[in-house]
Amino acid sequence: MNKIWLIFKREYITRVRNKTFLLSTFLLPIVMILFFFGSAYFAMSSKDSLKKIAVVNDPGMFKPNLKSDSTRMLFEFTSNVDSSNFDSKGYDAVLDLKNDSVKKTFTIHSKKQLGLDGKQIIENRLDRAFEKNQLQKKGIQKEILDSISKESMGAYTIENRLTTETGKSEEVNAAVNYGVGFGSGILIYITMFIFGAMVMRGVMEEKTNRIAEVMVSSVKPFQLMMGKIIGIAAVGLTQLFLWVVLIMILSSVAAAFLPAEMIQQAGEANKNMPGGMGGNTEMAMKIMEFQKDISSINWTLIISCFIFYFLGGYLFYASLFAAIGSVINEDPQEAQSLMLPITMPIIFAFIIMSSNLNTPDSKIMVWASMIPFTSPIVMMGRIPSGVPAWQLVVSMALLIAGFIFTTWLAGKIYRTGILMYGKKASWKEMFKWAFRKS
Amino acid sequence: MNILELHNLKKYFATQKAVDDISFNIAEGSIFGLLGPNGAGKTTLLRMITGIFYPDSGHIIFNGKKYDPVNDVSYIGYMPEERGLYKKMKIGEQALYLAQLKGLSKSDATQKIKEWFVKFEMQSWWNKKVEDLSKGMSQKLQFVTTVLHEPKLIILDEPFSGLDPVNANLIKDEIFNLAKKGSTIIFSTHRMEQVEEICDHIVLVNKGEKILDGTVSDIKNSFKENIYQLGAATRPENLMTYIFEVIKHHPNKLLIKLQHDHTPNDVLKFFINQDIAIHSFNEVLPSLNDIFIKLVEGTPGARQFQKVN
Repeated sequence: MNKIWLIFKREYITRVRNKTFLLSTFLLPIVMILFFFGSAYFAMSSKDSLKKIAVVNDPGMFKPNLKSDSTRMLFEFTSNVDSSNFDSKGYDAVLDLKNDSVKKTFTIHSKKQLGLDGKQIIENRLDRAFEKNQLQKKGIQKEILDSISKESMGAYTIENRLTTETGKSEEVNAAVNYGVGFGSGILIYITMFIFGAMVMRGVMEEKTNRIAEVMVSSVKPFQLMMGKIIGIAAVGLTQLFLWVVLIMILSSVAAAFLPAEMIQQAGEANKNMPGGMGGNTEMAMKIMEFQKDISSINWTLIISCFIFYFLGGYLFYASLFAAIGSVINEDPQEAQSLMLPITMPIIFAFIIMSSNLNTPDSKIMVWASMIPFTSPIVMMGRIPSGVPAWQLVVSMALLIAGFIFTTWLAGKIYRTGILMYGKKASWKEMFKWAFRKS
Repeated sequence: MNILELHNLKKYFATQKAVDDISFNIAEGSIFGLLGPNGAGKTTLLRMITGIFYPDSGHIIFNGKKYDPVNDVSYIGYMPEERGLYKKMKIGEQALYLAQLKGLSKSDATQKIKEWFVKFEMQSWWNKKVEDLSKGMSQKLQFVTTVLHEPKLIILDEPFSGLDPVNANLIKDEIFNLAKKGSTIIFSTHRMEQVEEICDHIVLVNKGEKILDGTVSDIKNSFKENIYQLGAATRPENLMTYIFEVIKHHPNKLLIKLQHDHTPNDVLKFFINQDIAIHSFNEVLPSLNDIFIKLVEGTPGARQFQKVN
């Protein structure tokens, strides 16, 4: 035990002091924050570019009904402007309505491409002008219709309450559950690869540096492997913890420095619909609702399950990565081909999770969240939507049993592989090492 | 007293009988040579002694008790042939880490490392990284980490490969020092001149079997062929006799092989009777190199794969 502790300490300290670790730990939150606020900034500055559009040959029905807005689109009804001189007269584009209210396709000439967004806005405005015109013809005031639709929007909301085994009813919000589930699933997926590969490279380093035999003359190979695996797990937890803390600090610092308007804009920009519709009140309501949903989630359960499945999934795969690292030599090409059978189930788990997350209680999700090969990723996807306690217990028990089994199996391959130089071991040989009696 | 006794050790791999029924004893405080051509099973044997491999059958007695790899490894220092260090680690930390794994406390280890670094003039190395060392320098560091915890049994596999003569002598002197202080040293090599110089007792293995076991002088005596060198000015016509056969004839020197039923005194009488002045007369013993080649010759250069059972 004391020796595992010494190995653990070395693995942890050399990795945490490493420049790459420091760089990735501190740079990633900064990049994320910059990306978030940067995109908000650009979304705001792109809105500033007002497009002035000349409208010619109006059949008469558009002039009173086509709405300009002061920030994005300004329509000016003129004559004497055509596709050859709009630029020199100070317009960004010229829209030719051809004195026709029946024709469905008009042409707009511009120097720069309008983009999907801009085209949709103009089409939308024309449609609305047409609608307004038609309503007026039938004797309905647009203003009356507007007030009715405004009143009716958000008049009713539905809460989906689940009756749980304890008899308490809980509110569910599918969208937030989806987001949280997907986020934690993908985080486990990524960290499993990063830290699994770190274990493999660590073992390869010991082998290619020829330190392995020196080490196993003082410690048992199993202790060496476990010390390394636990050390890297601690590195992973440290990194995740620092990321969370840094993102929290940086975003509150950024929030203090940037104007409030911009932060709201940032939130808006991230779920902006093309066309930029939706009033401020609607947005505010949505944000409030979102905050309510976020706080309705059982964060204690999610965070403790996340830590469990992060460690369980990591331990399940890390020893297999260590076994692979022990049988290969300097050639990274060899690593690629041997890693495939290990990375496949991880990728497979991610595919199951992401494509079935809409139906978290479907058969495939339940099964995949039980089997240790896929359970860390799939179960994390399901947990925010609520998982029956017995399923959680079975899944956790199977994962613990699973990693004890893979560690035992990998330990036997590792013990032989780490002292073999020269040729790469075949699958058949590895199988033999794993299952022979010691 | 024997520090180590091997009894009928066997270790078979899928395609090789790596060690096939080998037994020998090593006396405490001796410098023991384990010799053999490439692939003879030396490394497998050493790995069993260091507890890395378990023998398929047979047993090992260490220090009077049945060998217990988990606890006894702290009394053993092993420098394998395939040796290396963590490249990114600082030299002082590396030595400290390896010493702590052998069970030394941090303060003990630090003090001992400092003493050895002074002895080998390595004081300025502490904060350098291993990757900055030359091959010879890292070899010195490896030697230090092997013997730091004052093991009862020190196993050195090709300790001089890659060392210049100055550093090789430095390490050789330390080996003698350690033996004098009571450590037992197992020395595995195929460099025979070093064995002759250093070892008291040798075992020769080939194809997984022990083919020779004894002290260096006993072995040399048992392989002697009654060859003598005689310093005297002679001419061919002086040498017509049944007592010996001339192997080489120089004007001032003779190499002769004694025939059966004759003693060196007969040779001396023969020359005295002829009134030829003798400057020197001594027996020529075969070198270990000759014995090694004689015994191992005939076995193919590379060991063939064989079927086990």
